[in-house]
Order: sequence, then C-alpha cells, then structure tokens
Amino acid sequence: MRVGVAWASAVEALMSNVLRSLLTMLGIIIGVASVMVMMSIGEGAKAQIDAQIASVGANMLTLNPGGFRRGGRSQGFGSGKPFSEADVAFVGSQPYVEAATGYLSGSVTAVSESANWPTSVTGADANYFEVNNWTIKEGRVFTDQDVQRGASVAVIGQTTATNLFPNGDPVGQRIRLNSVPVEIIGVLEAKGQGGGPGQDRDDTIIAPLSMVRNRIVGGNRQVARHVQRIQFLVADGYDILEAQDEIAQSMRERRKVSPGEDDNFTIFNFADMIKQRSAQTQTMSMLLAFTAAVSLIVGGVGVMNIMLVSVTERTREIGLRMAIGARGGDILVQFLVEALLLCSLGGVIGMTIGWIGSFGFAQFAGWPMSVSPVIIGTALGAAAAVGLIFGFFPARRAAKLDPIQALRHD
Amino acid sequence: MASPPPLISCRNLTKTYRMGDLEVHALRGVSLDINAGEFVAIMGPSGSGKSTLMNLIGALDRPTSGEMWINGRELSAMTRDELADLRNETLGFVFQQFNLLSRQDALSNVKLPLRYARKEIADIDARARECLELVKLGDRMDHRPMQLSGGQQQRVAIARALVNRPKILLADEPTGALDTRTTVEIMDLLTELNRQGITVILVTHEPEVADYATRQIFFRDGQLESDTPHTPLSRQAETDAQSGVPA
Repeated sequence: MRVGVAWASAVEALMSNVLRSLLTMLGIIIGVASVMVMMSIGEGAKAQIDAQIASVGANMLTLNPGGFRRGGRSQGFGSGKPFSEADVAFVGSQPYVEAATGYLSGSVTAVSESANWPTSVTGADANYFEVNNWTIKEGRVFTDQDVQRGASVAVIGQTTATNLFPNGDPVGQRIRLNSVPVEIIGVLEAKGQGGGPGQDRDDTIIAPLSMVRNRIVGGNRQVARHVQRIQFLVADGYDILEAQDEIAQSMRERRKVSPGEDDNFTIFNFADMIKQRSAQTQTMSMLLAFTAAVSLIVGGVGVMNIMLVSVTERTREIGLRMAIGARGGDILVQFLVEALLLCSLGGVIGMTIGWIGSFGFAQFAGWPMSVSPVIIGTALGAAAAVGLIFGFFPARRAAKLDPIQALRHD
Repeated sequence: MASPPPLISCRNLTKTYRMGDLEVHALRGVSLDINAGEFVAIMGPSGSGKSTLMNLIGALDRPTSGEMWINGRELSAMTRDELADLRNETLGFVFQQFNLLSRQDALSNVKLPLRYARKEIADIDARARECLELVKLGDRMDHRPMQLSGGQQQRVAIARALVNRPKILLADEPTGALDTRTTVEIMDLLTELNRQGITVILVTHEPEVADYATRQIFFRDGQLESDTPHTPLSRQAETDAQSGVPA
C-alpha cells in the first residue's frame, strides 16, 4: 500500500510537468541508448567473429608461399615459389592433420547463355569442400576422379549462380570460363560476406585443380603440378600452434631453406587474425561505453537537480504528509520512487532509441541484429541505478524536513 | 482519584527559538490539562505562543523543556517515527490553508492518512466515503480542490482529519480563510464532532469562533493568561429553549 501510494504520487508528479520530466530524462535517454548500442555492437561483432571462425574452422591453417619480409621488403602472400601437389600430399599425411587441400585461383569472365560475369575461379582438389566447410545445395561436388582426369566441370557459389542464371536452375548448364567450356554440376550453399570487408564468399567458381591449371591459369616454370596455397585442418586433440610449428619445420626442409634463413612461406592462422580484427570493434565499444557513462552521470545530476527543485516546490505537501502521519521513510520512498520512475521511463525511451540505433548499425555493418535480454536488463538496470543513486540525496533531504517548517513554507 | 487521567497533559513547557543572536521565548512554562471530550479554544495575540503550543500538542514539534503526555504517552522519549505514528493514529489536523493535494480529488485526499497507517485497514474506500458523507460532501467526492468552494475544501480537510478516527482534532485557525456564513457551517460541524466524543482544540483570534468552545484559554507572552469554562452558543440556545426564555 505504501509503495503503491508512492507510485501514484510519482506518476502524478511527473505528469504535472511533462516537458520538464522529458528534459530531465534526456541525459538518461542518451546514456541508455548508448549502453544499448554499445552492447549490441559488442555482441553483434562477437557473433559475427564466431560465425566467421565457425565457417572457416577454428582449426584451419593456411600455407602461403613467400614470406612477409625478404631483404627488408614486405612480400605479398603467394609471391614466392609455389607449393606442389606433393607438398599437399605430404601435409595431408601428417598424423595431426585431419584434411589438407591445395588450390590455385585466377580471374575469369564466366559466360552463360544469358549473362557475363567477371569472377574468380578456384582450381582445387576434392578435399577443398571439406576443408573450407562448403556444403552443396544443388547437384554434387566434384570427386577425386574428376580432378585426376581434369574433367571440365565446375561448382559455383550462390552469387555467381544468380548472376549467370537469373532464371535459375544452373545445374547441368554449360558456361565458358575465358572460352573454356565447363559443365556446372553443383551450386553451393550460401556463406555470405566474409574473408574481408566487402568480400562475397559466394561469388566463386570451383573447378578441378588439374583442369584449371592446364586450361585457365597455366603452369608454373619452377614447380610442376603447382598449387598456390595449402589449407589444412588440424585434427581434434592436437594443439594448433604445435601443428603450425611442425609443418613449418617440415616445409623448411622440403623447400630447402638453410638454417638461419627466413622462411620462404608463411603459415596463416585465420582464427587468430579474426580475433585480432575484433580489437577494432572493442575500441569502438570502449568509446561508446565512455559516452554512456558520461551521459548517465550527467543525466543523473540532472535528475538530482530536478528532484531538489521538486522537493522545494512541494515542501508544504511534504509537511502536510508528515502532519497526517507519514514517517520520514515514507517520504524518502516517495521521492526515491519518483526519481526511479523518471529514470526508468528515460530508460525505456532510451532503449527504444538504442534499439533503432542497434538495428541501424547492424544493417550498416551487415551483422546479425542482436539485442539480448542481457542488454535490455543492463540498460534498464543502469537507468534504475542512476535513479536510485542520484535520487537518494534529494529524497533524504525531503525525509529530514522539519514538519513545522515544511508546513509554513510557501 | 475517580476521574480518568487527562487526555493531554503539559507540565512546565518552554520553547525557545534562536533567531540569529536573538533568543525568542515562545513558551515560558505552560502547564495545562485537557480532558477527553472538551472543546478548547486557544486565543491570544499573534506571537503569544498559541500556535507553538498547538504544534507541541500536535506532536509536530518538541518542547525545549517540560513534559507532555498525550493519551498516556510521554512524548519526549518518542522517536520521529513514533511521533509520526501518533499523529497518524491519535490526532487529526485541520489547517487554515486547508492543505489539500491539488492534483487529487476529494476522495483521494481523504484517503491519504489511511495510506500511511501502520495497521492494516480493511476498507479504505468505504471509510473515506463515510467521512465525506459525514461532512455532507457525498456528491462531490470526485471533485478536485480547485472545483470546490473554500468551505467545501475545509470540509474535505475535516473529513481527512477524521478518517483515522482520531481522539483529538487540532484546528489551527480553521475559519481564517472563510467568510462568515461558511465559518458558521464549519463551526457547527466541529461542534457536532465534539458531541460525538472527539476532543477538539482550536486556535483562533476570532471571539465568535471561540464562542463555540466549552473552554477558552488566553495566551499572552508565552504564558497562560486565563483559562475559563465557557458555555458555547449552541448550548446556550438549547438551555434558553429548555427554560422557556424567548431567543
């Protein structure tokens, strides 16, 4: 009953000056909206990173020819002596390797009966799909036999499929890749954006390694049956970093790197890179957290200020309530509830704005929208905490008023 | 000692305010007993200490020295919360400026003391309605103070003072803001309540208002000047009627 009367009185007090209440809430609104956006960006980024790692596999390592540095100069990936299919077989035969694939790629213009589409073609062995976690949507992937006999077949990604075949049903159709005719035997399940900003993983054509090397990309002068990259999955139960070291050691021997000399290849840990990239997002989150904290404090001071005004304005009312039997505690609760309600309302409004902001950011960043109950709880909790903390001082001042003085006040 | 103890008992009450370097002696040793069922008018010029005494009796203020019993309890030993509960359960207040909550209707205003009651009260709504009926405002329960006349507002305030069924009704200049006709109305109401057994203590500087009381106390310079029984107007009329004297 007592808290009930405090609620009724608080609602009444806020409604009696709507504009003032709204202006008071402004700081809280901004603060809570920032908390929401901040947390949802954080969660969205984390979800996206997890999704990326899951789509590549947290246990995937990539071997690139060439080092980061040679003669003091940075070298791009794949600029050195390529690997060979024998290297792929060697890596695949290690006990700690679950599966290995080698591939090379080149730019092509794909031509169907109805469209042209510039894209890239990846020549790969049959393990490529497993290692890269591709699943087939329609048709089939190519087999080891297809690779061995250099079959003119291809599997295409969703984006390529829709661009080459606006009317659908690509499986069984023929296309030309730089004038080489191939038959489409399968369409891959979509993977979406990834691998880098603006990169569409579904804009791809995957064809048997030997066919692509012989007829599209061309061979390498130094290495017979070459591949540009080797990707492999470390088997369960083996440490990824240890596997990385062992492969590096073996590769130095195979690629005749003398001791003391730098590696002429690099091993790339994709999961590691993604985690590093998430640091950027964290910086942004920190910035927003700071904004949120500042505006919540400023908002809290605003609330305290307006509550002090409210206590002064209603001194007579407080005196009257005391005269008819309200204890100091009752008055304290009344004003605390008022501050709490003010901040919670601001919290709800801020949450709505924050939700829109999160949605906008998710759209912009191409992330999944993520507003979890934890975020809502934190945002509202922060608002309520501000109400209680900054409402306490004015409420206590009201509770400690002398009834006589308060009654005489005008 | 057959007579019951007085409802209110004051012994050597003093109250001293400090105003800067100046000490103001509002009360200089007041001793006073008020029995249950009395209708006391406290009068005196402004600054004589009558309002100070009223605040002490109302448990709104504490004396500088002296002792006070209300309903058998000594006040100086009580905490702030206990004083609040005493005000809530035993006392009812009526003010010159009515002091109604302007944003709430008459019924909500009357309910207010019940909401602060420590004891569980079964039917707050019915009790408040009953009190508003008693002050003849049964048809205006949903009116806000602004929609009521001064006299009606004071009746709402009286209903609010009654709703906790107090033993003592304290009225500080209850008619100070009202015209003559309304004053009569309010004083008749207080007289009626007194007849029903509520002890009424009234501060006023209007002799016509004090005429309704059964006892008149005059204050001057913080001390009792006189304390005399009084035959109220209404009873005079009755007595006159009984003895056959034409009015």
